[in-house]
Amino acid sequence: MRILLDKFTKKFSDLTVIDEMDLEVRDGEMIALLGGSGCGKSTTLFSICGIHKVNGGRILFGDKDVTNVTSQERNVGVVFQSFALYPHLTVENNIGFPLKLRKESKAEIKRKVDEIAEMVHIEPLLQRRPGELSGGQQQRVALARALIRRPDVLLLDEPLANLDATLRLEMRSEIRRIQQETGITAVLVTHDQVEAMSMCDRIAIMDAGKIIQIAKPRDMYENPVSDYVAGFLGSPPIAFLTGQVQDGNFVEPSTGTKMPLSAEIAASQSGRQVKVGIRPEYFQPDGATKIAGTVSFMESQGRETLYNVTLPDGSILRSIQGVHDPVHIGDRVEWGVDSAEMMVFDMNGLRL
Amino acid sequence: MSGNYRKWPMIVFLSILTGPIILMYIYLFVDTVTNTPPGSMVPNEFTLEHWRFLTETIPGRPSIWLATWNTFVFASVTTVIVLVVSSAAGYSLSRLQLPARSFFLGSIMVLHAFPTVTLLIAIFLILQMLGLYNSLSGVILVKISLELPFGIWIMKGFYDTVSWEIEMAGIQDGATRFQVWTKLVLPNVKPAIMALGIFSFLAGWSEFILPLVLAPDNKVQVLSVYLAALIADDNNFDMALFKSVGVFYVLPVIILFIFFQNKLMNIYSGGNKG
Repeated sequence: MRILLDKFTKKFSDLTVIDEMDLEVRDGEMIALLGGSGCGKSTTLFSICGIHKVNGGRILFGDKDVTNVTSQERNVGVVFQSFALYPHLTVENNIGFPLKLRKESKAEIKRKVDEIAEMVHIEPLLQRRPGELSGGQQQRVALARALIRRPDVLLLDEPLANLDATLRLEMRSEIRRIQQETGITAVLVTHDQVEAMSMCDRIAIMDAGKIIQIAKPRDMYENPVSDYVAGFLGSPPIAFLTGQVQDGNFVEPSTGTKMPLSAEIAASQSGRQVKVGIRPEYFQPDGATKIAGTVSFMESQGRETLYNVTLPDGSILRSIQGVHDPVHIGDRVEWGVDSAEMMVFDMNGLRL
Repeated sequence: MSGNYRKWPMIVFLSILTGPIILMYIYLFVDTVTNTPPGSMVPNEFTLEHWRFLTETIPGRPSIWLATWNTFVFASVTTVIVLVVSSAAGYSLSRLQLPARSFFLGSIMVLHAFPTVTLLIAIFLILQMLGLYNSLSGVILVKISLELPFGIWIMKGFYDTVSWEIEMAGIQDGATRFQVWTKLVLPNVKPAIMALGIFSFLAGWSEFILPLVLAPDNKVQVLSVYLAALIADDNNFDMALFKSVGVFYVLPVIILFIFFQNKLMNIYSGGNKG
């Protein structure tokens, strides 16, 4: 079911956390609310499910206005960061709890619990208690409990934050698989750009209570609207240089290196200060526009190695390269920037 | 326990310390079934005459069974009401946005700090005015109100450890706030309820000063008052009888402890592990 936030506003006493936010999540879509802590993403989620009261605007499920509908009647499934399983109940009773509240018959509950347990692969665990399960298993139980009522909407609040690294990888694809199998509309709240990019159809990136950009993961990575978005997506992150536009080139001030800009930007920004963003994959030994600096940091990631190259004025460029002849910290290198892939921002951070 | 120190010095030391206490208990019991003369350590003969109070009523005193019944009613009614009110009040104070919540919490603390004796005269006058003086219900009400601050405070502390997300999940699953409390939160503070119940019962069972002042009449007498009257009676002074009633009085407490000692330990290790 489609979710629509229409000029949604949320205040905590006098503090406006979210001001007139508009967001549409299409039917069957999985969208990520991505942002740093305190950006209002969890607040948005808790307002969609009804735990927080809305201070202004409307929330619609389908065409139905649910702004003033209680949580109990909204038919929303939520998976919490801590999973929030009921410790005194067995897995079976945890999953069946929403149905028991609706006074469905025992046989019916049993049938539905078995069905959903099969989908999330926890059949052998039904008689255990949450305390006897691993993190990944608890996560599956929490998903099953959220899905058993066939909710209109599934909300996931940092569902992977409490899992260790390998489980996180596994549950990432599991959650996506289950979402696609059920065709449910889902909202994922996360601060991890990898989760957002790998699991969701679209990403809504948030900062200070506002949505800055909504786009498909790939589009957002390639065409960020601001330096904030560019800096949030990508690991290792993008590097920024500040300099002036002169004669169709961006001039890096400490080395004087000239990097060609597109004619359009060169014309409109001539003589102005701008910021350019260079992703690590576009700063390579064989790049066209050479720039010299000192290797100040190295990190082996197995297949690839990450280098930080410090320019004379202290600004840093990052490069990620396949393993090759050794380069050491302190070495002077002259690598090249692929200036066609450079992103240019004005000094307020807006993409040009 | 490892062998990096020798055990026997410890054992000797502790035995010397606890020896007198153990001896006291042994002789408390031995004296109720013998006629050992004062000062002698050797029991002389076996007799049940000191336990005759169980079958015959001592002149001028209520029947021991009436007193036991009164004590039982006093302790259990107190326990039930303290449990019900504390678990509800503790939840409200822990979770709900009440007006004057912090003022309420503070005053509970202050109330708990009042020694009962300082309130006695005021309570006496109030009960007199209400016509509840010399009645079991009056003294029960007073005991409950004095136990409540402790109970509410303990329960609030336990509720604070239950995670908010469990309640949010419950609401989301379609439960009303009341169902969340009874079905999801209460089961998670079971150790606290157990412990508070046992403590309240024991407190009621051993309460002395309130019934003595507020309900001294034979009809409503509890065991502690019955026992005190025995030793205060200078004319028919009977130490062995006093000891027998004492053993009789303390037996239920010991039984309770044997049954529930694990639960009582739970209050310290408690929490919401599944």
